[in-house]
This record gives sequence, C-alpha cells and structure tokens, in this order.
Amino acid sequence: MTATLTTTPAAATTPRTFTRPGILRLTGIELRKMADTRAGFWLMVATALISVAIVVIQLFAADPPDQTFKNLFQSTLFPVAVLLPVLGILSVTSEWTQRTALTTFAITPQRQRIAAAKALAAVVLGIVALLPSLGVAAIGNAVAGGMDSAAGDWSFSALLLAYAVLFNVVNVLVGLAFGMLFMNSAVAIVLYFVVPTVWTILTQLISAMRTPSEWFDLSMTSTPLFENAALSGGEWARLAASISFWVVLPGVLGLVRLLKREVS
Amino acid sequence: MISVTSLTKRYGAHTAVNDVSFECAPGTVTGFLGPNGAGKSTTMRMITGLTPPTSGTSAVAGRPYRQLPNPAREVGVLLDASAQHPGRTGREVLALSARTQGVARERVDELLSTVGLAGPAAGRRVRGYSLGMRQRLGIAHAFLGDPRVLILDEPANGLDPEGIFWMRSLLREFADRGGTVLLSSHLLREVEAVADRLVVIGGGRIVANGTKAELLAGGGVRVRALDPATLRVALERAGLAVTGGADGALIVQAEAEQVGQVAASISAVLIELRPVDTGGLEELFLTLTAGEAKETAR
Repeated sequence: MTATLTTTPAAATTPRTFTRPGILRLTGIELRKMADTRAGFWLMVATALISVAIVVIQLFAADPPDQTFKNLFQSTLFPVAVLLPVLGILSVTSEWTQRTALTTFAITPQRQRIAAAKALAAVVLGIVALLPSLGVAAIGNAVAGGMDSAAGDWSFSALLLAYAVLFNVVNVLVGLAFGMLFMNSAVAIVLYFVVPTVWTILTQLISAMRTPSEWFDLSMTSTPLFENAALSGGEWARLAASISFWVVLPGVLGLVRLLKREVS
Repeated sequence: MISVTSLTKRYGAHTAVNDVSFECAPGTVTGFLGPNGAGKSTTMRMITGLTPPTSGTSAVAGRPYRQLPNPAREVGVLLDASAQHPGRTGREVLALSARTQGVARERVDELLSTVGLAGPAAGRRVRGYSLGMRQRLGIAHAFLGDPRVLILDEPANGLDPEGIFWMRSLLREFADRGGTVLLSSHLLREVEAVADRLVVIGGGRIVANGTKAELLAGGGVRVRALDPATLRVALERAGLAVTGGADGALIVQAEAEQVGQVAASISAVLIELRPVDTGGLEELFLTLTAGEAKETAR
C-alpha cells in the first residue's frame, strides 16, 4: 500500500474541461448493471432455461402439425414476458433498495439522462432477449422435423418477428415503469404480478368493467400480436390504450418521483 | 474549491441545516465536525446535488454540482461506503464508474492496489467485504477520476488504526499537491491530525469556522508554579482571566509570553507553562456543541 495515487499534480490553476458521457455509453452501462449482479445474471439464465424447457415439453406434448417454428418461438415468449420485466424493475429499484443511487446520481447528476439510459437499456434487453428464443425454437423445430414429417414447418414472417419485439419491449417497459413508480424491489415485483391479475379477476366478476378491460387489459390487447395477420386499426388503438395505461402513466409518475426524490 | 452559501434544509417543522456558509480553498483539508445528527451529511448531500436545498446555494469547482458535465472527474465523492450493491464485485463497482467517467481501465487496478484491495479481494462481491474494505473501495472510487476536490463523509469509519494513518497521509498529500478536501467526522482526533481548517456544526448551525490554530488558541495556557496562590493573585491583578485546573495548575486565557512576564515580575518559580492541549479539539467541540444541544432540548 502506498500513499501515491496519481502522478499528475493536482494544480488548482490549470483549467480542465471534461465532456459528459453520451447517452449510448450510459445505456451500455445500464445494460451491464442488469447482468453484473448475481440476481440479474441468474434471472437471465433462468429465463433461457425455462424457454428451453418449454420447447422440449412441446416436442413431446404437442401434436406434430402444431410443432412449427412459429408456435415454438411464440411459446418461448411467455416465460420471457414473465421474467424479463423483473430485470426492468430491478434496474430501477435496486438503485434505491441497495442505495447505489447515491453513487449513480453523484456521477451523473442529470437524473433524466439515467432514466433515459435505463429505458433504452430496457428496449435493447427486450430485443436481445429474442435471440435465445429464436435459437431454441430453431433447434426444437429441426428436432421435431426429424422426429415426425408432419412437424417442423418453418414458415415465419418479418411481421411476427416485429410483433414479438414489440411484445417483449412493452413488457420490459411495464417493469421499468413499475420500478420507477414504486422505488422498492419487493413492492414493485409483487404489484407487477398482482395488479394485472386482480384487474383480470375484477373484470370477470364485474360486468361493467368488461368494456374498459378490452382497452386496458394488456394481456388481452396484446393477444393479436401472436396472430399471423396485421393488427387492425381498432386493435392498434386498444393496444395503444393499454400501453398508455401500463407504461406511460406509471412511467411519467415514476419519472417525476425519480427526479424529485432526495437521495440518501 | 468548494463554496457553500446560506444552505438551509427544512423537513416540515424541523430544520436540519440552518444557514450554513463556508469555503474550502485549494491546498487545504477542511474538517467538517459535529455530533451525529448535526447536519453534516445533509449539507454534503446538498453540495453534491443529491438533496435539493430549501434555500441557499453551493458550488464546486466554480459551478453548482449538478451543472458539472462530468462531476466525478472534478470531485471525488464518498458519502456512504455501505451504499453499494452487495452482488457486485469490488472491481466491477470501479469498472462501471470508470466507464461512465471515461477513465482508462488500467486505473481501476491501479487504484485497487493503492487501497490494498488488489488480488482476490477485488474479485469478491461487496457482500463479503468488511466495513473497512468498503471504506477502502469508496476511497478508491473517490480518487478514480483524478479529481481536484474530495468530499468525504466519515471516511475513517471502520478503518483500523493503520488504515486511518494511511488515509490521513493520502489526504495530506492530495491537499499538498493543491487539492481541496472536505472531510466530515465525529472522530475528533482524526480531524485534528489532518485538517488545516475546521468547520464545526451543531444542531444544523455553524458554531465555529476558522483555521485549526485559531480555534484551538482559545484554550489558553496552563501554568503551574511552586506557589500557585501568589501567582494567581498576580495574574488577576494583570487583568488576565484565571481558572483553577487540576493538581494546582492554573488555566489562563492569555498567551504564554504574557503569563511568563507576570511570573517574572513577581519572581515566581514556574514548573510548567504550555498551551492547553488536554482534549484540544475535543474540549472545543464539546463546549461548542453543548450549548446547541441544550437549545434544541429546550
């Protein structure tokens, strides 16, 4: 251990100028922060493993004509849709729960830039998470085709891929928005799973809520994304309404809290 | 360079920091002293833009902290060593920050070895770090961007005596090269050993602000004579304030020379004459903060 930390003299007179880190660099750092903790790493591994398990199960359980690339791929999206938002939640809440906000906002005091970087990182995560899904589905489909000639249909479209990207990204952003709004890992994760379920139950019990749920139940309005046809204007409108309700509304409220909250 | 102007923070009816102003000049170590809950951390969080002040302003390197384009390159900040993600390794904590700041990767390993966390310790997760190790990691982080200003909240907490000695020389050297250090502590000995200037805060207000020499001079001198009673009369006749100390010693609010002159004029035999140092800063600290504490209790 020596007491010498730097060779450059810290003369107070020489003016120095520094540039602020760009938004892309901040986004890269936020992505890295999602994966460099034990929790984040295992969450990603678990998501990939469950996708593999689902494909394997389908190879045995589904009818051979249903064992197609499209079906296998889409079935892997559900575990991803459940677990990936948790990464979005933790990306924000761990800053508060683990108190790393103290460092994050001391290094980057413009908090809106951190919020933007986290949102961009969530989008990238939503897109990148499709790669293992595509890979697992392709391997599964090749195996299925080898086992039974009725299986292994490869037909797929760019439209379906685009919809899958949208589905994934929206889900991660819901998590991020919940994280920003509730600022606490446990609370945000529990509410993320409970609130939509309660919503669905309520709409089944109360008939007056059925019409609003057609607009605001994200699990309902995102269903057309899995069908092999372009969304109609009405379907887009309903999807947009749900996204406003589950992403934009909590996201904006959460951003206000994030910008105002005292860090200690 | 740090300048703080009339910073005030109120939480409802409670005023945590009340009209605090001070400056830290390049080349000096400023000790920010006060009992727990005096408002030290709140003041430091306001300086670093983490807590919005109710009123008042502060500037670091000539600008409000939040307007610095890349603050970590100009100001090294350590506010709470335990505020790290337990699942991240020590090296990763520094690597993330180095990337954000745009500092070369090599600097991470350089600093890890400087603070004594090189080798296997760097690859361990912070969860397994002792408070002393977290403190060392925090100090490495503060130095990472090669800043000219350091703001450190209780950096000696959890360090062993050897570590405290090491940190003291680190800060001294940094200031001697022209750096500015603001260092808070309730460990009075620690601050007394390294600071040039002292800012003492109690109950959210500044109760003393000056150079260490100035503030400690107020303690007076301690004098012992073979015949203390006669000396006391002579000192009082000379208009000096005298109080009786332990074992026949007298505490005189004056310079040693004045006391010596009086003693010489009555040919008193002195067996001791020196500035009061018992407790030093500690006495000052207790006197200054006691009144505030009573005021708050009332």
